[in-house]
Amino acid sequence: MFVSFWNKLSINQKLAITAWLFLAVPIAFYVTIRFYPTFEAFYVSTLKWNLLGAKKYIGLRNYEKIFADEDFWLVLLNTFKYAGVGVPISLFLAFIIAYFLNEINRWHDFIRALYFIPFLTTAVAMAWVWKWFYQPMPIGYINYFLTSVGIPAQPFLKSVHQGLYAIMAPAVWAGLGFQVIIFIAGIRAIPQSYYEAAEIDGAGRWQILREITLPSLKPTVIFLTVVSTIGFLRIFDQVYSMTTNGSGGPLNTTKPLVLMIYEFAFDEFKLGRAAALTVILFVILLVISMFQLWLMRKKP
Amino acid sequence: MIDQASRIAYLEKIQPGKIIIWTLLFLGGVVMITPLAFMISTSFKTGTEVFNLGIIPENPTLKNYIFILNESKFLRWMLNSLWVATFSTVSVVFFDSLVGYTLAKFTFRGQTIVFVAILSTLMIPTEMLIIPWYMMSREFGWIDTYWGIAFPGLMTGFGTFLMRQFFMGLPDELIEAARIDGWSEFAIWSKIAMPLVVPALSALAIFHFLGNWTAFIWPLIVTNDPDLYTIPVGLASFNGEFETDWEIVMTASCLATLPTLLVFLLLQKFIIRGVMLAGLKG
Repeated sequence: MFVSFWNKLSINQKLAITAWLFLAVPIAFYVTIRFYPTFEAFYVSTLKWNLLGAKKYIGLRNYEKIFADEDFWLVLLNTFKYAGVGVPISLFLAFIIAYFLNEINRWHDFIRALYFIPFLTTAVAMAWVWKWFYQPMPIGYINYFLTSVGIPAQPFLKSVHQGLYAIMAPAVWAGLGFQVIIFIAGIRAIPQSYYEAAEIDGAGRWQILREITLPSLKPTVIFLTVVSTIGFLRIFDQVYSMTTNGSGGPLNTTKPLVLMIYEFAFDEFKLGRAAALTVILFVILLVISMFQLWLMRKKP
Repeated sequence: MIDQASRIAYLEKIQPGKIIIWTLLFLGGVVMITPLAFMISTSFKTGTEVFNLGIIPENPTLKNYIFILNESKFLRWMLNSLWVATFSTVSVVFFDSLVGYTLAKFTFRGQTIVFVAILSTLMIPTEMLIIPWYMMSREFGWIDTYWGIAFPGLMTGFGTFLMRQFFMGLPDELIEAARIDGWSEFAIWSKIAMPLVVPALSALAIFHFLGNWTAFIWPLIVTNDPDLYTIPVGLASFNGEFETDWEIVMTASCLATLPTLLVFLLLQKFIIRGVMLAGLKG
């Protein structure tokens, strides 16, 4: 019965059926593990619910509470500080390193490896190492170094002013290698003839950099800016591991959005409020992705 | 005059600018791996020697490693991480490439919708799905199970997109010829198409494995039982317990980091090419 039905089909129909067979399990996965949870997150964001008790529909009250919460605005500011300071610093450093690394031959692979290796580390493990570096005297290397050159010891993670940047540093450090590699790939993709033409026209190094290298790297810069902005806006591992009891302290000055979500959901069991925060994060990231698509579409 | 000219020629050949650049880059690279160097060095120091800030341990000891492996569940956590990451990577390699191939090489109604739908999952941040995943895991008893840790990452939109890009580059004639020879569609995919995209496939596998090895927030949420912790969750649990024993914590960090470093040293060229590949196509 099945065989005779199958034999009657045209080749294209057979191929279409095969395609849907191949896609059956994946479609089930994407529907249950990606799309359904996405809608559920929106739904939970309209509930007052502590995971065990009854679910109570409260409309947009969770969002109202969030916007009325001073801590939320501090956390949002922190989150944007991580991205707003971290992204330009890492991109600038990565470009400089890639630009010069591309020109050297001796031990090229070895030096490139030195920059790339931190990218392969586990953030939680490195958080311990950096936390140890930031310790006060006599254990902390950085304070030891500072005092030995005559600069007073700094509080770093214990300071409301320095904490956020002290946590940002290992994130920049770990991400740099990836950006360097992508920049080198971008630089190598620029046609050699552009440079030759510029040299014939008598352009200097600085002029070539400004008028050929940088403009040609525009897609690379957009890609890296968006990827690392999204990465910094979602920062969590480093903050959770480097602050006392994963609290985002001192006084919430290092707490990013994702840590706030984690605390509401899994410490206080205010799932509705936490879900509403994830929706806010989603909207922020969506705006950034849309901005990227828009930038990429525009012709140079 | 001749001296002057030959000196200029000589200087041009050795290019002092290049030497300065090389030295600066090299020093920068050394600074980059300093944290790792100190981590490794301290893992061989005794508790009292931690206060001695030299890089070479005076009395190198393996005591910290023996302590970690005996007194904590670190070995168990490593095996957990290894198992979850391997399982997840096998799944991703299989499904992402199967879906990528189907979307690249078949024509059927609804194809674009499926592709756009899968691509759109890239816009959804993991953090948004974590609460529903947690509800799901509680309902089905997936808390404190390997399946619970692994299930969110069994297929990825990124991998599917990447593999589709590579399969699109394969000539259709190859597939047509195999069809005429009577090969099944599954055999064409697994025996003809797959071997041709091995570089992309291995890049995907390496990065997915690494991502799972270092993944933190979801394993942290879905495991309560220390027997089920992955390495990062286990490391984070040291917060408080071994807070001041830096040599112990550094040893644990070493054990977490060394496997990935070893893989890198073995496959360096390959991994770097993989990053470039993923970055350019992605």
